[in-house]
Amino acid sequence: MTARIGVVTFPGSLDDRDAARAVRIAGAEAVPLWHDDPDLRGVDAVVLPGGFSYGDYLRCGAIARFAPVMETIVTGARDGLPVLGICNGFQILCEAHLLPGALTRNRHLHFRNRDQWLRMESADTAWTNAFQPGQELLVPVKNGEGCYVADERTLDELVATGRVVASYLRGNPNGSQRDIAAISNESGNVVGMMPHPEHAVEALTGPSLDGLGFFTSILKHLAGAPA
Amino acid sequence: MPRVVVDVMLKPEILDPQGQAVANALPRLGVTDVSSVRIGRRIEIEFSGQPDLDRAREIADKLLANPVIEDFSIRLADVPDGNP
Repeated sequence: MTARIGVVTFPGSLDDRDAARAVRIAGAEAVPLWHDDPDLRGVDAVVLPGGFSYGDYLRCGAIARFAPVMETIVTGARDGLPVLGICNGFQILCEAHLLPGALTRNRHLHFRNRDQWLRMESADTAWTNAFQPGQELLVPVKNGEGCYVADERTLDELVATGRVVASYLRGNPNGSQRDIAAISNESGNVVGMMPHPEHAVEALTGPSLDGLGFFTSILKHLAGAPA
Repeated sequence: MPRVVVDVMLKPEILDPQGQAVANALPRLGVTDVSSVRIGRRIEIEFSGQPDLDRAREIADKLLANPVIEDFSIRLADVPDGNP
């Protein structure tokens, strides 16, 4: 049976179509989900895409967190529903307290838009099991508020428990503490990342095909997961 | 009717690059004796009835501030008659 991966559209989402395309290229069915509808339509996993939900008003992700669809996603994620938040999606996951810490204004105040090298630190999550730890990826980053911050204790714990999923390599684009590009929750079903794997799934439009691994990982996870 | 004013500030240990950028611009104004600038946000809330400080605190804690990186304070401010 084809896995069904939901992609949420908020007002101001930009990358929902690319995320849905990446899901299809990986071999799953992309199911559009709407911010104002709490119904997850029976999907097996959810992607929160990049963009500027609610205009980034107040703080990035702060208002999206209270969207009706998020109530169902937060409950589902606590029960093991795999959720991947990309860029604005990562910000929403932090605002919803599904992931620790926060994303703040880039240290140098500039919006950064470039192809970025990453090092995979953990293949133990639902979204990264197709990678090898230490593997290097090239995927685009594009953010103005991507500087990951958390208190020292949280950072130490993330590192010690293998919850730093990917780190920036050859230059940190936003000043994130400990060069953090992606983290996961304790059980590894929720992953947030600032870089955009959905923009690196086809040779025509991406700098590599390295991003596809996140979407094939979730298929592998769902295939192996107990029903 | 009094307003509830919520001030949201980044916690002291959180870097404020916007504040730093402002501080770095001050010498261009000829100001050289400022050692730090930090930027926050002021939010004014009007209730349809009497201002409810507990409710305002709940709003601030859940939405207006992110307790991971920000602190907030709440106070009542009188609005002179005739002001919008």
